[in-house]
Amino acid sequence: MKIAVCIKRVPEMDVRFKIASSGTSVDETGLKWDMSDFDGYAVEAALQMTEKLGAGEVVVITLGPDAAQETLRKALSMGAARAVHLKADTIPFDNFAIAKALAAELQGGGYDLILFGKMSIDSSNGAVGPMTAELLNVPCVAAASKLEIANGKGTARRELEGAAELLEFPLPAVVTIDEGVARPRYPSLKGIMAAKKKPLEVKGAQLGDVRLTVTTMALPPERPAGRIIGEGPAAVPELVRLLQTEAKVL
Amino acid sequence: MANHVLAFAETRAGEPRKVGFEAVTAARALADAAGGEAHALLAGAPGIASRAESLGRYGADVVVAAEHAAFADYNPEALASLVAERVKGAGYRAVVFSASAQGKDLAPRVAAKLGVPLAADLTSVQLSGDKVVGTHPVNTGKVVATVSLTATPAVVSLRPGAVTATEAPRSARTETATPVGDAGASRVRVTQTIAGNTAKLDLGDAPVIVSGGRGLKAPENFKLVEELAAAFGNAAVGATRAVTDDGWRPHSDQIGQTGRQVSPDLYVAVGISGAIQHLAGMRTSKTIVAINKDREAPIFKIADYGIVGDVLEVVPALTAAVRQAKGGS
Repeated sequence: MKIAVCIKRVPEMDVRFKIASSGTSVDETGLKWDMSDFDGYAVEAALQMTEKLGAGEVVVITLGPDAAQETLRKALSMGAARAVHLKADTIPFDNFAIAKALAAELQGGGYDLILFGKMSIDSSNGAVGPMTAELLNVPCVAAASKLEIANGKGTARRELEGAAELLEFPLPAVVTIDEGVARPRYPSLKGIMAAKKKPLEVKGAQLGDVRLTVTTMALPPERPAGRIIGEGPAAVPELVRLLQTEAKVL
Repeated sequence: MANHVLAFAETRAGEPRKVGFEAVTAARALADAAGGEAHALLAGAPGIASRAESLGRYGADVVVAAEHAAFADYNPEALASLVAERVKGAGYRAVVFSASAQGKDLAPRVAAKLGVPLAADLTSVQLSGDKVVGTHPVNTGKVVATVSLTATPAVVSLRPGAVTATEAPRSARTETATPVGDAGASRVRVTQTIAGNTAKLDLGDAPVIVSGGRGLKAPENFKLVEELAAAFGNAAVGATRAVTDDGWRPHSDQIGQTGRQVSPDLYVAVGISGAIQHLAGMRTSKTIVAINKDREAPIFKIADYGIVGDVLEVVPALTAAVRQAKGGS
């Protein structure tokens, strides 16, 4: 089984972001970067599938600037066989432009399964996976929390609001991965060494028109500083009074 | 018809959902700004057209009803084709989905069929000259992006709850739409819909959410959270990722970056320290109450009202007080 996993390099989120002087992006000074969380689950799911079958190949693909190769190397060190870097100076916000560039690379690649994280943790659109499926004209399940592949057929579970659904689909297919599927492994030292020798192909990204852009980025209004109103059960009457008279939610 | 706007009216089990009314409200506002009509597309099993009136109540001038047995369950491929064909045929200015679980699956498919990007998960949307612009939280809600769509049609999805469904009654004309090709021949099939506890309010619909974390110490103590939610009467129960990972609660209850993102009127965090992961899912709540034994817990930095103390003592006292307040009002 040949599996492609499309991954993205994103900033680590455990920081206080600043806005760049352009006003249209975050200031990248001092940010640390890593593979987007859900993409890690997708890489892990792909590796587990090929390991279980004892056959197959996992190819990781990313789109972005040269630094995105770090993210590909991480996936290679987890166990992916080879990597493709679709080079673009910046990653556009236009999800359809990205899907077109990915579909151009995936088309004719002979993949049985194409995985994405359900969304990137930075731009949080969750659109590129299903769009790529449409462009390739293959079935798609978005945000699968369980995924099994057997006999050329997939079964998946999706979480809905207060419910869930089970789905069936034939391969080849695109599936975007929610976090329930597989906890990503940490690269071993051996894996990190091996990754340095694995093939990483660089190509230009065929993005086309960009028709969805970020015009401004801003920090959300700060919540008023928190207030501790008291300790233990004795503070309950004051809380109830504030909920009734100040917040007016009770 | 280039000034008309189409809303996708999501349904479940044969009934329009609140998130669908929110999409109609947003479509109504966009259509008013563009000088066009608001249309709502309602697909379901035969009989669904009888629900058209409810969409007129939220401002749809036209309800496009598509009745087919293959639409009884969510049918992503046939629905995407249906919506895309309707949009191509009628030449809408904009198409509005909810960024619900279903909308997150459907909207990008439709956008791709139309060859345009999707402005996803918007918390506001408006027409600005020849562009559609909106706001969208990025980087786990720590940054807000204003995005601009120059494509036509402008395809957008709205974060559930971000736009309040507002009645703007009119008696909607009904048109019909028929599936493209064989709607029953979709490659992706929903084989089973597993209903949650339907008696429970969904996290996206509830004005009050009571949420529990590891500070509850043991899964059996989650009943304190449920009892407090029951005392409010209009509350849903949520949980942190730590708690759902440990199997105390189902994954569907998880609030946070990787779970549900909610903005209720009141969010009560019980035994929750306030990891960034969790805050990303609830920081936009209107009023936040936190009960935690650790005075230094990050949740107190964003809580409007914090009580430091043992949740096993404070929560039962609060439950009793809320019950009394509700009973007395």
